[in-house]
Amino acid sequence: MSTQIPETESESEELAQSSKPEHQQRRMAEKRERRVEREAEAEADAAAFDETIHLKVFRYDPEVEGKKEPRFDDFHVPFKQGMTVLDALMQARDIFDSSLTFRHSCRQAICGSDAMFVNGKQRLCCKTQISDLSEPVRVEPLPHQEVVKDLVVDMEHFYDQMESVEPYFQTNDLPAGEEQRQTRENREKVKMSTRCIWCGACMSSCNIAAGDNEYLGPAALNKAYRFAMDEREGEDMKQHRLQIIEEEHGVWRCQTQFSCTNVCPKDIPLTEHIQELKREAVKNNLKFW
Amino acid sequence: MHEHDVIVVGAGGAGLRAAVAAHEEGADVAMVTKLHPVRSHTGAAEGGINAALREGDSWESHAYDTMKGSDFLGDAPAIETLCQTSPDEVIQLEHWGMPFSREEDGRVSQRPFGGLSFPRTTYAGAETGHHLLHTMYEQVVKRGITVYDEWYVSRLAVTDHDDPEDRTCHGVVAIDIQTGRVEGFKANKGVIIATGGPGQAFDHTTNAVSCTGDGPAMAYRAGVPLEDMEFIQFHPTTLPSTGVLISEGVRGEGGILYNANGERLMFEYGYANNDGELASRDVVARAELTEVNEGRGIEDEYVHLDMRHLGDERIIDRLENILHLAADFEGVDGLERPMPVKPGQHYAMGGIETDENGETCIAGLYAAGECACVSVHGANRLGGNALPELIVYGARAGRHAAGTDLGEAQIQTGRSAKSEEGNIDSPVPLGAVDATDEDVAADGAAVDVETVISKAVEAENARIERLMTKDEGLQHAEIRHKLQKAMTANVNVFRTEDGLKQALRDIREAREAYEDVYVADPSRTFNTDLIHTIETQNLIDIAETITAGALARTEFRGAHWRAEHQERKDEEWIKHTLMAWNDGSPELYYKPVILEGEEKTYEPKVRSY
Repeated sequence: MSTQIPETESESEELAQSSKPEHQQRRMAEKRERRVEREAEAEADAAAFDETIHLKVFRYDPEVEGKKEPRFDDFHVPFKQGMTVLDALMQARDIFDSSLTFRHSCRQAICGSDAMFVNGKQRLCCKTQISDLSEPVRVEPLPHQEVVKDLVVDMEHFYDQMESVEPYFQTNDLPAGEEQRQTRENREKVKMSTRCIWCGACMSSCNIAAGDNEYLGPAALNKAYRFAMDEREGEDMKQHRLQIIEEEHGVWRCQTQFSCTNVCPKDIPLTEHIQELKREAVKNNLKFW
Repeated sequence: MHEHDVIVVGAGGAGLRAAVAAHEEGADVAMVTKLHPVRSHTGAAEGGINAALREGDSWESHAYDTMKGSDFLGDAPAIETLCQTSPDEVIQLEHWGMPFSREEDGRVSQRPFGGLSFPRTTYAGAETGHHLLHTMYEQVVKRGITVYDEWYVSRLAVTDHDDPEDRTCHGVVAIDIQTGRVEGFKANKGVIIATGGPGQAFDHTTNAVSCTGDGPAMAYRAGVPLEDMEFIQFHPTTLPSTGVLISEGVRGEGGILYNANGERLMFEYGYANNDGELASRDVVARAELTEVNEGRGIEDEYVHLDMRHLGDERIIDRLENILHLAADFEGVDGLERPMPVKPGQHYAMGGIETDENGETCIAGLYAAGECACVSVHGANRLGGNALPELIVYGARAGRHAAGTDLGEAQIQTGRSAKSEEGNIDSPVPLGAVDATDEDVAADGAAVDVETVISKAVEAENARIERLMTKDEGLQHAEIRHKLQKAMTANVNVFRTEDGLKQALRDIREAREAYEDVYVADPSRTFNTDLIHTIETQNLIDIAETITAGALARTEFRGAHWRAEHQERKDEEWIKHTLMAWNDGSPELYYKPVILEGEEKTYEPKVRSY
């Protein structure tokens, strides 16, 4: 099994020994033992399952010599049934190379932070089973976004687009002391659109967004749909929202390629929502570009 | 240096609600958060929000259920405030557009939940937390509140008066994760800690990886006591590989638990002959672990939760998301095979000691949400009571920090609330190995604002420098891993005196190992190695308070089970445990539980399991 532990480490340890206080030397010795144990454990695990998974991971760090040029690193981590791509990345980081950098948090497909490009498709790493993929598993940052480091991309533009559609409920007509009424049908209608977790997979998969930086993109348009179709906001507000999505870089840029719908980890029918917004816009006799 | 009136640390449910409330009071508010707000773990909450909204229900009834659920360890003023305010807050969320599930008449739906005498749990599908989080973030966007996202707050800037009750919090120090820059944040009116749960102290938890108890650990080291840390809720059905939660709904629909022999354990081994799989969470969790410990677990680790007999149609109709979870996270098709489940850490009832205005014993320092303990959950939290706590106490902390007079608090905080000194027979000295240069406020006579903040920034820069320039040693992952294993082994559902003592030894070992920790990644850009290393220290401190509290509490109350003490001891133990870190040596003391409410006193009753 190949590992990413730098070879120089054990040599420099020996050299540094003499200058250290006794307790530190003892700890160093213990540490070495533990590392040997840990590696043995990893090896044993690998042997027990008789299988490792081969990851090819994109690496880039703008400030570290030797990592400024993007490259791929190979990791071989022990495979276990039920293992996800995120599990494999965490193993690679925790056992072999602690500088391997990626976002992740909830591990259950709700925080939306670990969307990456895995074997050529935008996916949430935490909900992608290794056993469903062919090897080597190639993990890259989301395409069409600026890479900050390794697998981390800059999400600012995505957030800006989300916020440009006025993504908040707006109505002045509120009943005092009780809730507004909303029909079950209306809630059903907006239900799928409210499931968006802002992972950015759709935006990254969209050819139009890749070529037009101002295009609102599927996630923001879906957010607009979520409010425009919510009956609680009323007609005037709906008109206002349709105007926003009808602007030059709005719904009419969508060419219904369905790539957003295909990659959405929450199964939101994004393309359909955008089409419906187009129809609404036409019905309302608004200008179009 | 950044400067705002109110600084909110953390941007989950409690933080967002606090920010909106402070903003509505006219304060200039900023949120400083290690994750972008929509990534917060509030999004993973499933169940719902308890609120007495309907005719036939009352806040008094909700308060009684909550007090009883807490096993009479909640404070009445806090519980009553929670139950009185929750309906208004839920209506407020609806007015902000939250997509609640609806009744035929268009009103928000409510459903029954465990321990509630009325179906008062308001919900939005099985994704209530996701909708609550997004709805509140939308309100933050609407108000143009400043959000420093992916900034990790790693230290509080607090004056260094000898007595914590004389100290004032003037701000925080945060690391810009993207660039590695360390900067001071000055808060003219207050700092609100809303950093969520500490589930990562355990190796099997439903909590996100980001739930590392940063807020409580920082407050603790600054001199704020942590309250009732021993009370940790374990959920009986989580997936073994990841800790992902399998909703109680599966058992509610008729799902069955089997051991390795194919026996229906809840009945055949007599854990809950009347209720079977539908017994309360702690009972089921104990039953499952007993099976595993006695050799009837599958792969010595878990039991099976089977729903196949319900039929494909019913499963797909009512439990569709469970099929996705089992397939995505365990690779198991729930229609074809039983799902593996085991108990997992789920929620911390204890946390930063606050009064019902959200304030701690340090002036200007507030806390709300799971990281705080105003004491509404006591020894055991009812399902559906975590989300109302976020919004009710988030809003109160926000308002009070912005300067609104909420009246005098009835719940006392700090040392002056002490009723008696505690004493634990710890096998190892608790606390830091070497606390001299660690977090306790600043050093020297730092009391004026600018000095307090600049000294805190200096101290943080020194710590980071030390971690980054050390070129060999131990890595955080190894220490954290061992700590988590130790907690799960001995501070879990079952607790014995020997086990708890062993855990304290293991925590001590982690503390010593941490002396040698270093950050291998030399880059300042998005250095998660550095962030996780700092988090690991927080986890060590939090783990110790949990374990020490558990060792001190020699009774069986709520989620806290002790082998040697199999009964609730009301005479002795209707009191809160407090752990206070004074210059690196943790001290234990107690304060009484307040059972007197506005109009009545809650009389402890036996809670049958």
